[in-house]
Amino acid sequence: MSASSAFNDEKGGSSSVGEPEYGHDPASGGIFSSDYKRHDDLKEMLDSNKDSLKLEAMKRIVAMVARGKNASDLFPAVVKNVACKNIEVKKLVYVYLVRYAEEQQDLALLSISTFQRGLKDPNQLIRASALRVLSSIRVTIIVPIMMLAIKEAASDMSPYVRKTAAHAIPKLYSLDPEQKDQLIEVIEKLLADKTTLVAGSVVMAFEEVCPERIDLIHKNYRKLCNLLIDVEEWGQVVIINMLTRYARTQFLNPNINESLLEEGGEKTFYGSEEDEDEDDEDKDKKAEVATMAKRKPYVMDPDHRLLLRNTKPLLQSRNAAVVMAVAQLYFHLAPKAEVGVIAKALVRLLRSHSEVQYVVLQNVATMTIKRRGMFEPYLKSFYIRSTDPTQIKVLKLEVLTNLANETNISTILREFQTYIKSMDKDFVAATIQAIGRCATNIGEVRDTCLNGLVQLLSNRDELVVAESVVVIKKLLQMQPEKHSDIIKHMAKLIDNIQVPMARASILWLIGEYCEHVPKISPDVLRKMAKSFTNEEDIVKLQIINLAAKLYLTNSKQTKLLTQYVLNLAKYDQNYDIRDRARFIRQLIVPTEKSGALSKYAKKLFLALKPAPVLESPFKDRDHFQLGSLSHLLNAKAGGYQELPDWPEAAPDPSVRNVEVPEWTKCSSREKRKEKKVEKPFYSDSEGESGPTESADSESDSANGSESVSGSEVSGSGSESEESEEGSESEEEEEEEDEEKDKKKKKKELKKKPVQESESEQSSEEEEEERKHERKSKPRKSDSETESGDEEESESESSQSESDESESEAEVKKKKKAAQSKPPAKPVKTDGKKEKKEMSLLDLDDFEPAPSPQVTPVNSFLSSSLVTDLEGLSLSDSVLSPATIAPSSALKSYELLHRITGEGLSVEYCFSRQPFSPDANMVAVQIQFTNNATSDTKNLHMEDVKLQSGMRVKEFPEIELLPAGETTTAVMGIDFCDSTQAANFQLCTHTRKFFVSIQPPVGELMRPIFLTENEFKKEQGQLMGMNEITERLTLDVKCRNEHTIVQRVTTAANLSRVPCGSDKECRFAGRTVTSSSLVLVTVATKEEGAAQLTVNCEKMVIGTMLVKDILQALTQ
Amino acid sequence: MSTKRNFIDLQRHLKDRTRGAFSAAHTLLPYWHRVTHQWQLESAAEMIHSLFLINHTGDIFLEKHWKSVISRGVCDYFLEVKEKAVEPENVPPVLQTPHHYLISIYRDKLFFLSVIQTEVPPLFVIEFLHRVADTFQDYFGECSESIIKDNVVTVYELLEEMLDNGFPLATESNILKEMIKPPTILRSVVNTLTVLLFFPGSSNVGDKLPTGQLSNIPWRRAAVKYTNNEAYFDVIEEIDAILDKSGMTVFAEIQGVIEACTRLSGMPDLTLSFMNPRLLDDVSFHPCVRFKRWESERVLSFIPPDGNFTLMTYHVSSQNLVAIPVYVKQNISFFETGSCGRLDITIGPKQTMGKMVEGLMVTVHMPKAVLSVNLTASQGNYTYDLATKVLVWDIGKLNPQKPPNLRGTLSVQSGAPRPEENPALDIKLKIQQLAISGLKVNRLDMYGEKYKPFKGVKYMTKAGKFQVRT
Repeated sequence: MSASSAFNDEKGGSSSVGEPEYGHDPASGGIFSSDYKRHDDLKEMLDSNKDSLKLEAMKRIVAMVARGKNASDLFPAVVKNVACKNIEVKKLVYVYLVRYAEEQQDLALLSISTFQRGLKDPNQLIRASALRVLSSIRVTIIVPIMMLAIKEAASDMSPYVRKTAAHAIPKLYSLDPEQKDQLIEVIEKLLADKTTLVAGSVVMAFEEVCPERIDLIHKNYRKLCNLLIDVEEWGQVVIINMLTRYARTQFLNPNINESLLEEGGEKTFYGSEEDEDEDDEDKDKKAEVATMAKRKPYVMDPDHRLLLRNTKPLLQSRNAAVVMAVAQLYFHLAPKAEVGVIAKALVRLLRSHSEVQYVVLQNVATMTIKRRGMFEPYLKSFYIRSTDPTQIKVLKLEVLTNLANETNISTILREFQTYIKSMDKDFVAATIQAIGRCATNIGEVRDTCLNGLVQLLSNRDELVVAESVVVIKKLLQMQPEKHSDIIKHMAKLIDNIQVPMARASILWLIGEYCEHVPKISPDVLRKMAKSFTNEEDIVKLQIINLAAKLYLTNSKQTKLLTQYVLNLAKYDQNYDIRDRARFIRQLIVPTEKSGALSKYAKKLFLALKPAPVLESPFKDRDHFQLGSLSHLLNAKAGGYQELPDWPEAAPDPSVRNVEVPEWTKCSSREKRKEKKVEKPFYSDSEGESGPTESADSESDSANGSESVSGSEVSGSGSESEESEEGSESEEEEEEEDEEKDKKKKKKELKKKPVQESESEQSSEEEEEERKHERKSKPRKSDSETESGDEEESESESSQSESDESESEAEVKKKKKAAQSKPPAKPVKTDGKKEKKEMSLLDLDDFEPAPSPQVTPVNSFLSSSLVTDLEGLSLSDSVLSPATIAPSSALKSYELLHRITGEGLSVEYCFSRQPFSPDANMVAVQIQFTNNATSDTKNLHMEDVKLQSGMRVKEFPEIELLPAGETTTAVMGIDFCDSTQAANFQLCTHTRKFFVSIQPPVGELMRPIFLTENEFKKEQGQLMGMNEITERLTLDVKCRNEHTIVQRVTTAANLSRVPCGSDKECRFAGRTVTSSSLVLVTVATKEEGAAQLTVNCEKMVIGTMLVKDILQALTQ
Repeated sequence: MSTKRNFIDLQRHLKDRTRGAFSAAHTLLPYWHRVTHQWQLESAAEMIHSLFLINHTGDIFLEKHWKSVISRGVCDYFLEVKEKAVEPENVPPVLQTPHHYLISIYRDKLFFLSVIQTEVPPLFVIEFLHRVADTFQDYFGECSESIIKDNVVTVYELLEEMLDNGFPLATESNILKEMIKPPTILRSVVNTLTVLLFFPGSSNVGDKLPTGQLSNIPWRRAAVKYTNNEAYFDVIEEIDAILDKSGMTVFAEIQGVIEACTRLSGMPDLTLSFMNPRLLDDVSFHPCVRFKRWESERVLSFIPPDGNFTLMTYHVSSQNLVAIPVYVKQNISFFETGSCGRLDITIGPKQTMGKMVEGLMVTVHMPKAVLSVNLTASQGNYTYDLATKVLVWDIGKLNPQKPPNLRGTLSVQSGAPRPEENPALDIKLKIQQLAISGLKVNRLDMYGEKYKPFKGVKYMTKAGKFQVRT
């Protein structure tokens, strides 16, 4: 096997042995007949001064190399041409050199000076190729030269040369590991490189040279995450795999507390914060909030979130390796609720080449054991075609088996039934085993499966029968008493089945359960005793077992038979069988000597045996990093880096902080300028988006780079976070100074964590506190807004609201810039068009103000937190819903007019607060006003008339309502998700009024928080009948996002779902009673055209909701 | 093995030294030192060590090593497994040998076998090998043993360029083509032109830089110039389906791909939008597509590579009902007595959206016991391969008025048991000018360049893995 020995042998005989073959070589053309001459001719050609001859010779030589022929004796002739001017020749000489230099070290040294010269060439490509060849020549003596060359190239101007340097690092390392320390220095330097071209290669070098030096990654972590999408495919794979390991050492397990699914949603939000480090105080506070909600504090590190977010788009890569890398990253790092996104992409890979399918299916099989639900929707994608290769069939079967559960088992079994008829017998055997596994795992179908398998016993194919017997044996072990008829049936089969394993299984079964088939078993033993000598060894062993067991239970009938069998066994050729016979004889046949043992023989032989567990071979494979070779082989491959366990406590996250200032700014600026003149390199992450450009592209997108940046506007929106350097680069030149100031300020602020209002989270917290305060304040009813956040900012600023986002932005800016600078920007903002305004708001991201797109999320979150908290405090007072700021948008309806009520007027509104005594009820807030001159007493309700299923929780009786006074009460109604009215009598001490409350459909739901993906996923499941789409033209006043959001949320109690696009608004909620999902999408187009989509399981609710929202948006 | 080689190296080295072949005496000591370490490190190395191309009979006809040479004896492990596997598709793509891992793909009757020494994501290697095969296809029009042998030098140069030290270097066709010209007649014309334009008086090959490597758009070569600027997009959809005996759909979905051919000068920035992008359930893109733009606006925005490329692939959710263009009535039965069976297949139009179904073909993998067939086809021809037991019925265009029918008897080896399973039918068909999912391209806009390109979109529907169980 040794290369060298093979090589030496070849050397000895090649010239003569290789000759005839050479004649067939198309490249040689069979011109040269004699072996020695052949090489002489080539040498001659190489020595000539005609390039064309040299080229011809080199082509032939390379063809020889390619065919594995030895061409080493040409080395001296070839190496002379290393300095040849002709690039074609040169390239081929390089190819030859790299192949043979190791064997001809001394001669190879002759070429070194050429490469050294090449390293200084002004042409970057020549520099790069010189380095490439120099580093590929595995000659130990030139290690110092290589080292120098690599160091120099690592600081080359050209990123391409730097990339080559990165490639050269592992080459040098494998040549001379002593250089490790120096190489690490180079790696460190290259890791700091900011070009995508270098990133993949240097991480590869890192992985090969010093994968343990995780500390080198800290400072580059965020940069790598942000560059990732632009790195070439192969580099992406390496980086993602490395970052997976990194994250496992640096972040906390997001699934520590499994019940935190809802908070998983919040994490998205925390993560979208671009701010690099939350101060510790910050965290503590958050922890407090969380403990208030009686939950364990898990907060995802924003860097962890950054990684998850930036890798996700790569699931759309065309490269299966990249998709798999992201999938394994999500599997190992993401919170459970988010892992699902990878399923679709993996299923997509199943349509690729069969080799890809093979690897993907292996990984899917492992994943399905841990996360079955993830792949359940794609069950049918794993159905097997008769044309699949057997190995793919078996893997698909494995996945199908793993996916089987009570609900889908019947479909799967039906599918299995068709497989059993396949011509591919290996596959049929695997199917039978799969059926066995389904039967053990799912109790409901055990009998069905067993019956099915028993039917297979009459199959014509012996292999099928044998496999069935083996599986049936395992199944029967679970409940033998029920199935004595099956055992009988199998006993009959023993005459026909020839496969030893199956025969052995049947015998074992009969022996084990001989008490269930007392009549048949001795007869079977009789037959077996007859055929004993012709049986296979495993069958013989089982015959002995059967005999022993029967002897113990039914010695009368079988004593002689047993002795006969044991005698036969005693003289068997196989010593195992002889041993066994001797051993058993001693055990069961009582003699004077054995005494004690034989007493317990029955216990020994007929002990209750635990049923075997049929397990997937993929169980626990996930301790290997998925997607790795080691995982595939289920054995550690050389060089495999273990996936570390999550740390108990997160290491200091501040290590990843990068000194914000100079380099990022300059470099990104430089880059951008470069780009402007050169080419519109776009995908370079959010960091590259330019608001200036985007503003331009708004008006005019004829020019390429502008249209590019146009795309970035939305991009940055969807990403909702902006890396520090990214947002910096966005700044206009003129704003730069200002920006610097702010940054300084920000740094100061960071030092003084007291002023938390800078960071998003903390401002939220602040808000939280204020909310608490506000509980005691009188309720504000006049503000236009829905969400707590905006409301708050308004209340702070007491501004009149012309445009929501605008005012909000201004407020924010005022808050921030108040002391340092007069707010110059808002003025500017006012002058510009709305879209520009948005991008300007984006600009503000360097101070982590939420971008407008995010705002609704925040506001929802905060309000949901409020409700959470409220839920805790509600028990104190029923009235609290009223005091917690229902916004003015709440529409009041009249319950009782002043005239008919004889001075008592009653209004109600849907307060949209959870009704604490019963979560399935809609809270209705009722306001009583006594306009009469006399007091009203004993206000209460009576005689409630409801449609079936509906329920009402009455408000507590109001004993006294003095004249001219107003009071409120809250009642709960369970409308059963219908718009049926609740009729009841309102009674005072004197009179009774018939009244009714009929809810608008929008009030029958409560908001829930979904992430964009969850939304899409849910929407995907609510298609067809459950989807209603309507085109509409938006009201003139209603053409901006905020009004749309406002109007929709006024019409229906839904919450906004974050959305990457500013052309789409999404909302989600669940109906109060049945918790059916309600998803609303408003997609806007030009000229106020829009499309409204409602997805809801309850079609009636969906239809009514469409009507209501349509009305709200068009009026 | 390496120790031995090192030892030989060392011997040679010492011999050289005594001869005084070179005077680098000062390096000797560290060299000694290094040698002792070298063998340990053979294990920690590059991703793809060597590549062997093997034809289906098991001949190794090309080898390339990116590091030290590995004897082709390593392929024996693979060949052994290959012998055992009846079908070449059944050879596991990943094999373990005592010292190496072998990862292989099977494409166009050739095995691409790579030798790996350390942990590496298997898909990484598989995907790369397929990329190599794609590149050959792209360069030579096909990827067969003879064509590779004919172009062995180009192949070798390509391999050299695609991997550096076992790590992929340049895999984009646009870049490769700048560095290594494809061997066509056209090429020599282009060459002379380039030479005349850029390097007057120089030799056949200029040392023009492949600027692509250095640009920010790694998939597009620079300085593209055409007199006729054109951009064509082919929307090709494949129906993957399993129909059961009674013609009910067990499973059906649509796989789509948009193949593009752009021949546009300069740096065009294209935007392709659809009438109904919501149809698309799952997508994957060529790296040129701006993902965020898709996320937010559902348009494809990209600077295309020059020439042919796959812009995107997509999947139309199986939740939407998939139109099945043809119905298949079949009856295949084997009689218990007598060694024969009957076959009767009729294919007719079902949901063709008023379009013509072409290229209709039915393939049946008969049970091994079927010796011969005696059939009559009302349309088209049939062949039965006695060795592989494959019945192929080539129908051609589907006549809606007179659904084609194939019927007759099958003769079964006498004495053999009646075949257990009826063979499944694989259907192939083509429908021009129709994307069965209903996907429609809305418009294509170009920014960044002044000229008006010629634009074209073509739709086609094909049967993918379309199987009828019987």
